[in-house]
Amino acid sequence: MIAMNFRGPFRVRADRDKPIPEIEHPNDAIVKVLRSCICGSDLHLYHGLVPDTRVGSTFGHEFVGEIVEVGSSVQNVKVGDKVIVPFNIACGKCAFCRQELFGNCHESNPEATAVGGIFGYSHTAGGFDGGQAEYVRVPYADVGPTVIPDWMDPDDAVLLTDVVPTGYQAAEMGGILPGDTVVVFGAGPVGIMAAKCAWLFGAGRVIVIDQLDYRLEFVQKFAQCEAYNFNYLGDVVEFIKHTTDSLGADVCIDAVGCEAAGDAMNTLLGRKLLLQGGTTTALHWAINSVKKGGIVSIVGVYGPVNALVPIGNVVNKGITIRANQASVKRLLPRLIEHVKNGVLSPKDMITHRIPLHEVAEGYHIFSAKLDNCIKPVLIPS
Amino acid sequence: MESEFTPDNRMNSMMADYSHIKGWGIDADLENDPTYPMKKRTDEERFGYTWERPEQQPQDVEILTSTERNNMPAVFGTTVPPSGLSGMIRRYAYTWSESDLRRWIPLILADRIGAGEGIIDDLAHGKIPNIFAERGWTAEMKYNRKNFLLKVAAVTVVAVGVTALIVNRKKISGSLKSHR
Repeated sequence: MIAMNFRGPFRVRADRDKPIPEIEHPNDAIVKVLRSCICGSDLHLYHGLVPDTRVGSTFGHEFVGEIVEVGSSVQNVKVGDKVIVPFNIACGKCAFCRQELFGNCHESNPEATAVGGIFGYSHTAGGFDGGQAEYVRVPYADVGPTVIPDWMDPDDAVLLTDVVPTGYQAAEMGGILPGDTVVVFGAGPVGIMAAKCAWLFGAGRVIVIDQLDYRLEFVQKFAQCEAYNFNYLGDVVEFIKHTTDSLGADVCIDAVGCEAAGDAMNTLLGRKLLLQGGTTTALHWAINSVKKGGIVSIVGVYGPVNALVPIGNVVNKGITIRANQASVKRLLPRLIEHVKNGVLSPKDMITHRIPLHEVAEGYHIFSAKLDNCIKPVLIPS
Repeated sequence: MESEFTPDNRMNSMMADYSHIKGWGIDADLENDPTYPMKKRTDEERFGYTWERPEQQPQDVEILTSTERNNMPAVFGTTVPPSGLSGMIRRYAYTWSESDLRRWIPLILADRIGAGEGIIDDLAHGKIPNIFAERGWTAEMKYNRKNFLLKVAAVTVVAVGVTALIVNRKKISGSLKSHR
């Protein structure tokens, strides 16, 4: 089958000779992929920032497809079902899954305890192949996969595997109260969706900060929010304070993670020398821009090693920090409802549809932010 | 965006009128205020974290496991088992806990060595890696042609310069030898 093949930092290709995956556990399913996305967090793998990303791996944790084979114990889905597959691999039985912390499953990742299994996201996240391929093995088929409603466009469905729930949960974790001012750092797909969802929780004002004008223009229209380029603001924190009566925002969302721009020293330590778990510039800004007693919600991905943050300000300001991988399974019913009612239209974020065999171009376009790319989708056929 | 940034324009002109935002406030939850610690006790916390484990996946390849676990999870990925020099380094790395840099720095090193091993493996299988294509430079050529040509020109200048330097050095060293 055709599958994306990671060959090293900034090098991927589509190979045609990868074996079709097999059932390895009675609750596995084999899914024929209809759509898969390249996620912003895939770029962290692509750029060589996630430890234990092995050459020969296939990335892709955002995909939908048709079930073509099921293991002997699978009961909730059947061959022929077209399914949304959450990016979390979750057993549904462990204490964490029972608390609906499906991103924290304890039965899906031997290599690390800090994160549950994730499709195509290095051996640090369980060593599973991902969906940037024609076929993919889906463990715990009775738990994660959700049948795509007949009325739903597959382009909407594929974005419900990660981007939409992650953006929604970013807003949810912010504990937004009606009238709150919410600042979202990052105008990538997750930041865009976080800004959009902040309104659903009753935000009074939504501000997005990024440095790419085309993305700021997009989010301004898509999420009906304010959008500012930090390169023109001078001191970002000062700007946020001045525009909130010097108090700071009620909620700040870090939707950037380990590859943030905007601070040379942080970039040197985090991205160039790999001496910390990524560049923490967006998190710095979030902590310093939020009001005293405010909430910082983190959905940006960071590496597992130490990262420098102004923890003294967290203490002195009494900030609450909430963070997690999105619990996709928990959020899907509500988000499907929002798509059905036209409250959310995720597919409007898709700017590029790329054949799977051109995956290398897809990664480069997304990584280098070429051709005003917001969200690329790979089509296996 | 620069032109739109003015002090007078900082406040959203639509402030307090949200009729243009479909779904405004429909998920608002006044109870969801994490600044005041609220925690629901769960059965797990009362009775201990135990659960009926899913059936165990059989293991037929080498899987490196975190030292912080005392068992294998019921399900795991079986892709790309450790091998070669990078595999040796990974095995070493996994002897340290997730809170130890000796776990993570060697893994990054192993990843880089793995990239080199991948090239050797390709060549061993008669496949010459097409670095140009693997780096997606056809897209650079298509969407960022000016930058691409500048990069090509820069690389060409450097390559020509280095070659000229080497050739000249050889010539100079040859002429010095003949003078001796």
